[in-house]
Amino acid sequence: MGGHLGAPHFQMLTVTGLTKRFGGFTALNAVSFEVKEGEILGLIGPNGSGKTTLFNCVSGALTPSSGSIRFGAQELAGLTPDRICHLGIARTFQIPRPFRKLTILENVAVAAHFGAAQRSSEAEARRRALEILGLVGLATTPHAPTTLLGAGGLKKLELARALATGPRLLLADESLGGLDSSEMAGAADLLRRIRGELHITIVWVEHIMATLMRVVDRVVVLDHGEKIAEGKPREVAEDPKVVEAYLGEKVVLA
Amino acid sequence: MIDPIFLAEAAVNGLLLGGVLALLALGLNLIFGVIDIVWIAYVDLVMICMYAVYFLVQVYGWPIWIGSLASVGLGALLGIAVHVLIISPILGSAPVNQLLATGGLLFFLQSFATFLWTTDHRSVRLTLPTLEYGGMFLSFARLVAFAVALLVMLGLFLFLRHTYIGTAIRAVSQDREAMALMGANPRTVYVVTSAVGGALAGVAAALLIIQYSVHPFFGAAFGPLTFMICVLGGLGNMIGAFVAAFIMSEIISIGGVVWSTEMGYVIAFVIFIIMIFVRPGGLFARRA
Repeated sequence: MGGHLGAPHFQMLTVTGLTKRFGGFTALNAVSFEVKEGEILGLIGPNGSGKTTLFNCVSGALTPSSGSIRFGAQELAGLTPDRICHLGIARTFQIPRPFRKLTILENVAVAAHFGAAQRSSEAEARRRALEILGLVGLATTPHAPTTLLGAGGLKKLELARALATGPRLLLADESLGGLDSSEMAGAADLLRRIRGELHITIVWVEHIMATLMRVVDRVVVLDHGEKIAEGKPREVAEDPKVVEAYLGEKVVLA
Repeated sequence: MIDPIFLAEAAVNGLLLGGVLALLALGLNLIFGVIDIVWIAYVDLVMICMYAVYFLVQVYGWPIWIGSLASVGLGALLGIAVHVLIISPILGSAPVNQLLATGGLLFFLQSFATFLWTTDHRSVRLTLPTLEYGGMFLSFARLVAFAVALLVMLGLFLFLRHTYIGTAIRAVSQDREAMALMGANPRTVYVVTSAVGGALAGVAAALLIIQYSVHPFFGAAFGPLTFMICVLGGLGNMIGAFVAAFIMSEIISIGGVVWSTEMGYVIAFVIFIIMIFVRPGGLFARRA
């Protein structure tokens, strides 16, 4: 698993002692983990465990209270979201947030244009956007308004926008929520292809545990803002602390 | 009974006035849509630009079209200055503070203009003909102003629709956080928006100075009207503002002929107040 690059694993993202407080509430408490180049890392935990806060800290929407987030050698804490995007990190939102007044293609093209570290030409951005729409399976109606898309289509658009910025690391937040089982299988397959064909490293937050566990190389588990487990999917699923965090609900592995 | 020809003339004049009012409203709306702040002093920036055209053309003898271009440039610079010096430092504070800050700017500009240029009314004297058509008398200056306003609004539409920075402006107005994640720096988008909004004020100034005289309280006449049009159209809604501008200008113009100019304004404001109760989200709001 994950050895497809054939090189020793380069540490792509290194999170060390990451803490985020909101007033008296500690959303993340000294969380540390690493993401290796070329892997798909699952990030799981019950509701309110701090997964989305962690994504917000990495993508620059929130400034960490303390701790460090390094992308390769570059410290990210304190950088603005657009700067972090240009360094090569993209994220999707749990609830899709398309630009409603823009067409499907415009949504992706604007990300392709502004997202690249070297701003691309209009024609180039449009070409890339169409290519990515093809990859995620939205190429049939590029000039349609986003209101035409259902839940599955919006998730794909969300992913397409993130990919259009040309990331090396993708933070995918609940890409499966609201999808039926065949759409889910398709989406999981898509994440695998993103890693395989575009060589993008992925951190994946997901509630639909069974699907996640089949795809990811490793899992990090958060509970109440703390990391309680880390390892291969099978080890983590049997970890008593993880079982307890999910209120005794056994994590089902297919 | 009023001669129908006067009503027709008033309707045409209302239409012509509506073009310039729409331009003002779109400028104010553009800034509000993106930065979420109503520049209370917007029409006072127009007033400063009108003085600029007046001095360049009337005192220094520049051709009107060069004076107008200078007004556009000055407007853009003023727009950037307002954003960088006043709005940007308080972007994170409560919206009412931002509103008050631009309100403060309004009084500053009024007083500053009074101090420098006194309360004299000044106008650019151009020898433009009056056209007669079917018994109606139409001012050539108004026709030119109307045509230019329409062209500039078309340009604005194409800019927002067909350039990436325009697309980013539309996108940021919907979701600034998501746009930042796509790599567009919202600060840059804000500065560009402020410059465009300011440039539109400069265009409006050039179109107004050939029809009206300028004085330090010019903003007090057109400012509330512009704001009212934006609210009537739904704040931030460009199409709504465009339509509302013509509704208001027709009411004022026709009301002015039927009763008096003052009465035209009274009716316009009364209708505005009723509309606020009936459709608080604006003419085109989906939910009342």
